[in-house]
Amino acid sequence: MKLKINNKQITGRAGQTILEIARENGIEIPSLCYHPDLEVQANCRVCAVEIKGRINLATACSTVAVAGMEVLTDSPRVRQARRTNLELIFGAHVEKCGHCSYFYDCELLKLSRKYKVPINRFSDRKQGRRTYRFDQAVEVDGTQCFDCRNCVTACARQGINYLEVVGSGINQEIRPTRDKSIACVYCGQCTLHCPVAAAQEQGNWSAVEKILSAKDKIVVAQFAPAVRVSLGEEFGLPVGTNCEGKIYTALKRLGFAHVFDINFGADITTMTEAEEFMDRWRQPQAVWPLMTSCCPSWVAYAEFYHPELLPHLTTARSPHIHLAGAIKTYWAEKKKLDPKKIVVVSIVPCTAKKYEAARPELKWQKRKLVDYVLTVREFAYLIKKHNIDFRNLPDSDGEKLFNRGSGAAAIYGASGGVMESALRTVAALLAATGRTKPSGSTEHSPDQRLEFKEVRGLAGFKEATLVLNGRKIRLGVVNGLGNFSRILPKLQKYHYIEVMACPGGCLGGGGQPIPTTAAIRRKRWESLYNIDKNRLMRRAHENKPMLAYYARIKEQNLGARLLHTKFTKKRNPILTSSVDKRKLPFAF
Amino acid sequence: MSKTANILKKISEAGLVGRGGASYPTAAKWAAVKAALKNKKPGYIIVNGAEGEPGVKKDAYIFHHHAAAVINGVYLAEQFFGADKIKKIYIFLNREYYQLYSFSLKTVLADRPYEALGEKTEFFIKPDRLTYISGEETALLNLIEGKKVEPRRKPPYPTEQGLYGRPTLINNPETFYNVSLAAQNRYEGKRFYTISGLARRPGVYDLPANLTVEEILRQTGNYPAKAFFVQVGGGASGEIFNDEQLSVPAEGAGSIMIYDKKRTDWRKLFKHWLSFYQEQSCGQCAICREGSYRLRELMNQKQFNHKLFDEVVQSLEDTSFCGLGSSMAAPLKSYFANVKN
Ligand code: SF4
Ligand code: SF4
Ligand code: SF4
Ligand code: SF4
Ligand code: FES
Repeated sequence: MKLKINNKQITGRAGQTILEIARENGIEIPSLCYHPDLEVQANCRVCAVEIKGRINLATACSTVAVAGMEVLTDSPRVRQARRTNLELIFGAHVEKCGHCSYFYDCELLKLSRKYKVPINRFSDRKQGRRTYRFDQAVEVDGTQCFDCRNCVTACARQGINYLEVVGSGINQEIRPTRDKSIACVYCGQCTLHCPVAAAQEQGNWSAVEKILSAKDKIVVAQFAPAVRVSLGEEFGLPVGTNCEGKIYTALKRLGFAHVFDINFGADITTMTEAEEFMDRWRQPQAVWPLMTSCCPSWVAYAEFYHPELLPHLTTARSPHIHLAGAIKTYWAEKKKLDPKKIVVVSIVPCTAKKYEAARPELKWQKRKLVDYVLTVREFAYLIKKHNIDFRNLPDSDGEKLFNRGSGAAAIYGASGGVMESALRTVAALLAATGRTKPSGSTEHSPDQRLEFKEVRGLAGFKEATLVLNGRKIRLGVVNGLGNFSRILPKLQKYHYIEVMACPGGCLGGGGQPIPTTAAIRRKRWESLYNIDKNRLMRRAHENKPMLAYYARIKEQNLGARLLHTKFTKKRNPILTSSVDKRKLPFAF
Repeated sequence: MSKTANILKKISEAGLVGRGGASYPTAAKWAAVKAALKNKKPGYIIVNGAEGEPGVKKDAYIFHHHAAAVINGVYLAEQFFGADKIKKIYIFLNREYYQLYSFSLKTVLADRPYEALGEKTEFFIKPDRLTYISGEETALLNLIEGKKVEPRRKPPYPTEQGLYGRPTLINNPETFYNVSLAAQNRYEGKRFYTISGLARRPGVYDLPANLTVEEILRQTGNYPAKAFFVQVGGGASGEIFNDEQLSVPAEGAGSIMIYDKKRTDWRKLFKHWLSFYQEQSCGQCAICREGSYRLRELMNQKQFNHKLFDEVVQSLEDTSFCGLGSSMAAPLKSYFANVKN
């Protein structure tokens, strides 16, 4: 199909919108409410274009192109309309630029510069609107929200529907539902799809900045599997670039005393979980299916919506909690440091971990194990704020006592990865105990499988049946909470189920860089599996320093306090709201 | 020729067009619904009789004087699609019209040959607050479905995917009335005009559709003696004409509102329009939600910022999601062009 955009002949496919065709051909059309993950809503009206023969302008995101169409994307009329619409949107968005972690990437600011939008002709009409905070994870700031509803749609896509559009016209407000049968599960998908950082993580970056300069603290950082393949996007590196080495350097430049890789913690999770699997495997009356629990959002979901499933969840702690425990006990001991002085900051692709870190079950000597949690976005903001030239940072390495984990740990960041990691170890454990002849200590017998490709991929729901040691294992993988209902009616069919709340797993997590789209998730995904492929050590149980820690904890009988956790039926999340009275300086 | 093809031919020959404001050819709409119903489950018919725009009262007049003909028109539509193809008929009214006219409509529906039709007809009363936006076809569908009252993205059009995703015919009572006339070869090319404001004989008149505004005012004895201007096609969205521009037909919903030129304070008038729009804006799209509010706000400023006002009006016309937002531009622009020197 041929059409003209800005007087240039262009080919598009039938059914594509003007916006899609233009972007494929490198023609820039601004957009705010458009997100390829979501159904087109076409309510910001910023993508307006002129179509020959049409009386009014058309929104490029919602208008399907037809052959012979002549489109102007940058005519004076178009530019004026965009400028006006942006100016109006600015009037509904209280600028908090000086405090906003989205400052360096803000599309609204970029567009307002590009279109020379006058921003002081209208007063801020949303001064005095409420900010709603969902436990300690996520917030929706009504003073900044311009009602595009992406968060509402993103939440609905998760199958939750916690956010609602209430009222009409200028009285419209995005707010949490009053329906007590619905609870936010902190996944942060709302924040990932908000174009103006009105729905965002509850920031911890300024608290971390403060504690970094405290004299009597040893502030250490640990970063999660999926952070390394996404952070580079914030600095213009190709999507999927593995920035492991630079991350160590950046964290040290920010002032962290030591840096750890949560992949090490993931290996602890795998070990604990695989052993639990084996325990059940040996019992004739075991509770099946076993379900993963390293995604705190999924745990929150189960605790609220399906408490009957809690006995199915593995009690293995999640990787960053494991590692924080190792840091505050084993590592502190070896280094002769006072654990009370150690402050652990997790850098994660996740908003739910902010909530998880505060869970009362996860304390050590009455203190939190993980003291602060930063999303990838907050981390990137700190790097930019401190003028660190990330692109040109040299690589460096972290704390030697704990390593960078196995390949199995790297794929924790992808849907199916947690299960595959556990299966690699389960296969080995089965081989060691079962009918197949155990091989030498480092060699694996040929039927000990390493890769489990059947649980990989970005499909919303995956299932497979394996035969290990002559017994069938039925597997189910839920990729994105919105797909949970697909497995619910047939849970009993399976032995092992993985659930990750975010589409794609943590590589599509609620704390990842904006934008995160299917194409971007795919690239991050490829990169994680490449890391795995290129690691010499690809199974958790081959991680010797991890095994040393693991053995030591068992020896000290601390398993219950450091390796396992418990779950309880939950009521509605803590919802707080307030009106921000501060007059914020306008830094532009 | 079959009876059903016959009615479509008659509608088409009579040249019937929608009378809610959009003037879409009736025959094309009916044909589209018929085609969409072909292989699908049954659809719906909606009588959109809840006019909410100031200065438009013709639906009330039609229900009052021609209830039987309106029902006959609905009946003809149902027969045209096939009774088994129509699941339900909704008669959409505001509270006042429901109180005044539902009794006579129900009486007609209880009689031959409409009993079966009456069985599947339901009255749907519009919530008071939603005067105008629910007149927008797709917003009306959302209202009946219990969703947030705001327009849907088009396509798909209601003729294909309307109420609950089924093909749906939505017509104004005037259209059903005209269909009934056309079926009996009695349609004379007339339409209903609502005349109000500075009028000596305000009311609803049934006159030829091709008259000019001046002819309508003179024939009804409403041509003012004082200096005046008119708003044609709706008391909010209608275009403004001065007394030298009256050789135009009265389009849209067919209303003529007469204003006293000397005594009309334009700021007050603009505030009146803009308050209406601000209240009626569903809030879905940024330009109409914010634009109506800011224009209203600009009217309070001592020094009127004409440039900014014009920019917002232009953007409303160019980029609104639905007709409500874009229709705001017509009165504002034409007032400046035609009345304010
Ligand atoms: S965090 Fe997740 S569940 Fe909570 S409001 Fe946002 S999208 Fe919905
Ligand atoms: S919070 Fe963000 S995503 Fe949600 S409606 Fe407001 S601006 Fe849009
Ligand atoms: S999938 Fe990952 S990023 Fe998303 S909520 Fe779960 S743990 Fe967090
Ligand atoms: S133009 Fe106004 S009424 Fe129409 S969709 Fe936009 S906000 Fe709603
Ligand atoms: S991006 Fe098209 S209307 Fe918002």
